[in-house]
Amino acid sequence: MFFFVEVLLSGLLAGVMYSLVAIGFVLILKATGVFNFAQGAMVLFAALTFVCLLEKAIPLWAAFFITLAAMIMLAVAIERIVLRPLVAKPPIILFMATIGLAFFLEGLAQGIWGADVHGLNIGIPDDPFEWLMNKGILISQFDLVAAFIAAILVTVLVLFFHKTPTGTAIMAVSDDPEAAQSVGISLRWIWVITWSISGFVALVAGIMWGTRLGVQYSLTLIVLKALPVLILGGFESIAGAIIAGLIIGASEKLADVYIGPYVGGGLENFFPYLLAMVILCFRPYGLFGREVIERV
Amino acid sequence: MLYRECGVFKPTYAEDMAIFPLPLDKWGMGILLIVAFLVIPMFADRYLLTSIMIPFLIYSLSTLGLNILTGYTGQLSLGHAAFMAVGAYTSFNLSFRLDLPILLCFLGGGLMSAAIGTLFGIPTMRIKGFYLIVSTLAAQFTIEWVITHWAWVSGENVLGAIDTPPMEILGRSIDTPVEKYLLTLVVVIVLTIFAKNLVRGKIGRAWISIREMAVASEIIGVSQFRYKLLAFSVSSFYAGVAGALIAFCHLGCVQITEFELLLSFWLLGMVIIGGMGSILGSFLGAGFMVLLPIYINRVVRITAGFVPSDILTNLELMIFGGLIILFLIVEPYGLARLWLIIKGKLRAWPMPY
Repeated sequence: MFFFVEVLLSGLLAGVMYSLVAIGFVLILKATGVFNFAQGAMVLFAALTFVCLLEKAIPLWAAFFITLAAMIMLAVAIERIVLRPLVAKPPIILFMATIGLAFFLEGLAQGIWGADVHGLNIGIPDDPFEWLMNKGILISQFDLVAAFIAAILVTVLVLFFHKTPTGTAIMAVSDDPEAAQSVGISLRWIWVITWSISGFVALVAGIMWGTRLGVQYSLTLIVLKALPVLILGGFESIAGAIIAGLIIGASEKLADVYIGPYVGGGLENFFPYLLAMVILCFRPYGLFGREVIERV
Repeated sequence: MLYRECGVFKPTYAEDMAIFPLPLDKWGMGILLIVAFLVIPMFADRYLLTSIMIPFLIYSLSTLGLNILTGYTGQLSLGHAAFMAVGAYTSFNLSFRLDLPILLCFLGGGLMSAAIGTLFGIPTMRIKGFYLIVSTLAAQFTIEWVITHWAWVSGENVLGAIDTPPMEILGRSIDTPVEKYLLTLVVVIVLTIFAKNLVRGKIGRAWISIREMAVASEIIGVSQFRYKLLAFSVSSFYAGVAGALIAFCHLGCVQITEFELLLSFWLLGMVIIGGMGSILGSFLGAGFMVLLPIYINRVVRITAGFVPSDILTNLELMIFGGLIILFLIVEPYGLARLWLIIKGKLRAWPMPY
C-alpha cells in the first residue's frame, strides 16, 4: 500500500516537471497560435548556456540573467526571421517551421557549447525525504523543490496575465488577434514578449531537468514527453497542462512499476501516448481544450 | 518557346488524359529511363550506386507515401519511420521463416504495414489537426517498443537486429549492387506509376478535398473516415515496401535504430522541401536530402579544410533546420513548384510572360 503511495507521489512530482515544459507550449499557443515544436530545443539551448556560463565561474544569478537576456534576444530573432514572413500562413506551415527551428537550435546550441554532458548543481538538495517517518515513504526532496518552484512560476504567470496591462494584452491577442490590433495592440511586440516569457519558462524547466538528468542532447526529447501532457490537457489551458502533467506522470510511473515486469519494461516512452490517444477518442480536444468550431 | 503546348492535338480521350501529353515530356521521360536503366548501371561505380542511387530511390518511395498522407490528405504524420520498420521486419520474417519469393516478401511487408497504419489511422475519426500528431507518435513509439521487446519479430535475435537472407528471383541471385539497384528501380517505378494514377483519379481528388476544406468535402458526400483510412493504408504500404527495400537491398542488416524518430523528421523534411502534394516533389526532396550531407561535407572541406565530425553534424542539423524554414518562407510548395515555375518560364521564353 505504502509502496503504491510512494510510486504515486513520485509520479505526480515527475508530472509537475513535465507540466513545466508544457506550460511553455501553452503560452506560445495561446498568444500566437503557433504550436512551438522548438520548445525542447529552447530548453536545451537555455540549459546549455546556463551551465556553460556557470562552468566559466560566473556567479549563479549573473548566469541566470545573462541566459535570460540570450533567450530574449533569441525570441526577437525568431519573431523577425521566422514568424514575420509566415504571418498569414496556415498553422501547419508554422508548425513545420518550428520543427525546422528545433533542428536549427539544437545544432546551434551544440555547435556553440559543445556536445558534452554537463552536470548541473545549483544547490538543491537531493536526499530522499522521509515522509510519515514510521511508514517509510521516501520522497525525493528535489522533486518537492521542483514542484514548489513550478507552483511559484504558475502563480506568477497567472498574476501576470490577469493583473498587468501586458498580460491582458496577451490574452486579448490570443482571443482575437484582429480585434486586438484594431484596439492598438502591437502584434509584434506581443509575439516577442510571449516568446521571451516562454524562453524564461524554458530556462527554468531546463535548469530543473538539467539538474535531474544532466544537461545533454536528450533534453530535447523532453518535448516528446510533454506532448501527451499538452494534448491531454488541451492545447490552450495552463490549468489543463498542470493537471494533465500530474495524470501522465502518475500513470507513467504506475504503469512502469506495476505493468512493466509483465511485458519487459520500457513502457515509459509509449504509455503516455497510448493513454492520451485513448482519452482523445472520448474527448477530442483534451480534457480542458477549447472546442474548435469549423466554419465552411 | 522551348516548352510548347501548341501544335499538339489530342484526338482521343486516352491522349488527352495521358500523364505526359506533350512530346517533349515523353522524350524527356524516355531519356531519363534510359539513363536510369542502361547508363547508370554501365558507368556508375559502386559508391554511386550503393550510397546515392539506392538510398535516393528508397527514400523517394517512402517520401511518396508520406506525401500522400501529409501532402495530399493533409494529415500530419510523425510516425512514418515506424511503418517502414514494420515493412522491413515483416518482409524479413516472410523470407526467413516461410522462404517466400522476394517480391512476395516485399508485398507482404507492405500489406502488413498498411494494416498497422490503418489501425493507427482509426483515431482520425475523432481527432483532427495537431492532435493527430499524438496518434502517429504513439505509432512510432509503440512499434519501436514492440520490435525491441518481442524477440520473435527479429528472429530471436537479442539485439533486435535482422540479417536478411540472400535474395533470388527466378533462380537468379541478386547480390551485386547493380542488380540490387535495378530491382529497387523497378519496384519504385511500378509503385510511382500506381501512385500517380491514384492521385490523378477520384481517390486523389477526395484526398485533396479533405486537405483543403474538410467540412465542405464532407457536406458534398466525401466520406472523411473512409478516405483518411485509405490514405493511411496506402501511405503505410509505401513505407512498408520502402522499409523492406532498405532491409534487403540497401543495408542487409538492420536494427530498430535505423527507423527512429529522427528518420520520421527527415522524411517530413523531404516532403516539405520537395513539395507537398506532388509526386515529382517526393523525388526532388529525397534527392536533395540524400545529397545534402555529402555536399556539406565537400563544401566545408573545400572552404575550411579538415573539420571534426561533431561540428559537421551540428552544421548539418542547422542547415537542415534552416532549409526547412527557408523553403516554408520562400516556397512552401517546395522544389516541385520551382520546377513548375521554370517550365512556365521556358514556355514563354524568350518573352518574359
